[in-house]
Parts: sequence; C-alpha cells; structure tokens
Amino acid sequence: MRLVRMKPGHGDVLLAEGDPDVAVDEERLVAEFRRQLELGMQAAVPVGNGLRPEARLVRDFSEVPRDAERVVFFPPAAGG
Amino acid sequence: MNLAVAITTVVVVALAAIGFGPALVRRARRRLHARRAEPPPPRYDPGRERRAERGARELMRSIVSPEEYEMYVELGFMSVNVADGRYAYLVYPHRPILAYDVETGELLSEYCVVFPDRTEPALGERLPDADDVLAKWMSLRGSERELIAVANMHMPGRQIDPAQARRDLARLREWRRVRPHRAPA
Repeated sequence: MRLVRMKPGHGDVLLAEGDPDVAVDEERLVAEFRRQLELGMQAAVPVGNGLRPEARLVRDFSEVPRDAERVVFFPPAAGG
Repeated sequence: MNLAVAITTVVVVALAAIGFGPALVRRARRRLHARRAEPPPPRYDPGRERRAERGARELMRSIVSPEEYEMYVELGFMSVNVADGRYAYLVYPHRPILAYDVETGELLSEYCVVFPDRTEPALGERLPDADDVLAKWMSLRGSERELIAVANMHMPGRQIDPAQARRDLARLREWRRVRPHRAPA
C-alpha cells in the first residue's frame, strides 16, 4: 500500500509505503495517515476496475480496504 | 477672532491626539508587523509547474477511466457521471464545476469549489491542473453530496460563460462520436 499526496508544485508525493499485514509497516502507515488528517487533508481510496473506477472517501485507517493499492490525500474542498 | 479659532483648533487637535493617537499607533504597528510576517509570494517556476502537471497526469491516468483521462488531455476538461445518470458535471481545472442535463445538454447549476493547500505557503496554494480535476473527480465519485454542500451554488453563467460551456458540450459529443474509431492512447 502506498500513501500519496497531491501537492502544489510537485504533483503527487509518496508519503509512505508498506504492507498493512506487517505490523511495523502498518504502524508507519497509520501514523502517516493520521498525520495527514491532522494537517487537514482528505483521504480517498481509488476502487473499482479500469472501465468504471470509483473513489471512496475514508476518515480512518480502519476504513481503508486491506488490499487497497493506494490512498490519495488532497486538500479539503471549500466554497470558491 | 482669529486667536479664538487658532486656540480652538489647537485644543481639538490635542484632544484628538490624546483620544485616537494610541489606537492609531497600535494599528500602524500591527500593519507593519503583519507585512513583515507575510511570507514572500511563491516565485512562479514554469519548469516546476510543467513537471508537477506531468506527475499529476500520471496519477490521474492511474485512477480514472481511459476515456476520462483522454478527455481531459485532449479537451482540457472532464465530464464526470454520477449515480443519478440524468445529469453529469463538466469539471474544469481551477474553475467551478458545471452540472448539465445529459439528455438535453441544458446547463443546470454552477458550483464554485476550490481545494487550497495552505500547508506550505512557499509553494503556493494551487494544485497542478490535473490534481485539481482529480480532486473534484474523487470528491464527486466519493461523496457528491458533501462536495455540493460545501460549494457555493449559482445559476450557470456566474464564472463560466454559458456559450463556452455549450461549445464544450458540442466538442464532447463530437469527441465521443469519433473516439471509438481511434486507436487507444
């Protein structure tokens, strides 16, 4: 699983990577997940197949499917 | 007479200085301090922005459907379908999203929404174009209601010229008509 974040001037940035079934990796992924949420980011998990992809917004690491390849963080929406 | 006017003026000025002087000095100091505390505006670097857009497009390509990705690259916007198939959204980078009737092409509403990243002022708040479109795509697909609740809703035409939107819908129809006959990108 990879945690990536959209960033001005960068495109996507890899924040953390690991296997959530390995305890030490999971700890690192959870810590980074929480840190991003504390920074105010939103998290989305891309799901579905290539022809009908979807996204699921998640607010806790426990909501991320164990087999998810990526979690994407991006700034929260605001009225423009 | 002149002496009386002069004395009155001096008294008024003195009272004003006593009454408003400290507040004016405080305000001037605050303004000066705020100006010093503001970080310098981020310097625009076209090379960095191009690289960022390239990276953002790669992320987009790996998440959205091939049709949606090609639509963004070739037309500069994306039409995003949602659960209710009667309407869809035109999603432009760094512009409001525009709901339209899929059947008739009628423009329904304009939703002003932004995704400012304020965590690193030195880089600015603006995501690369493809990231902005992808953030809207993920928000619409993940929780359309939440996004619409946050957005400021207006009648079509507030920021996006309706004539331009209709031209874009016509381009989209034409693009979809010829697309199946082309080799995949």
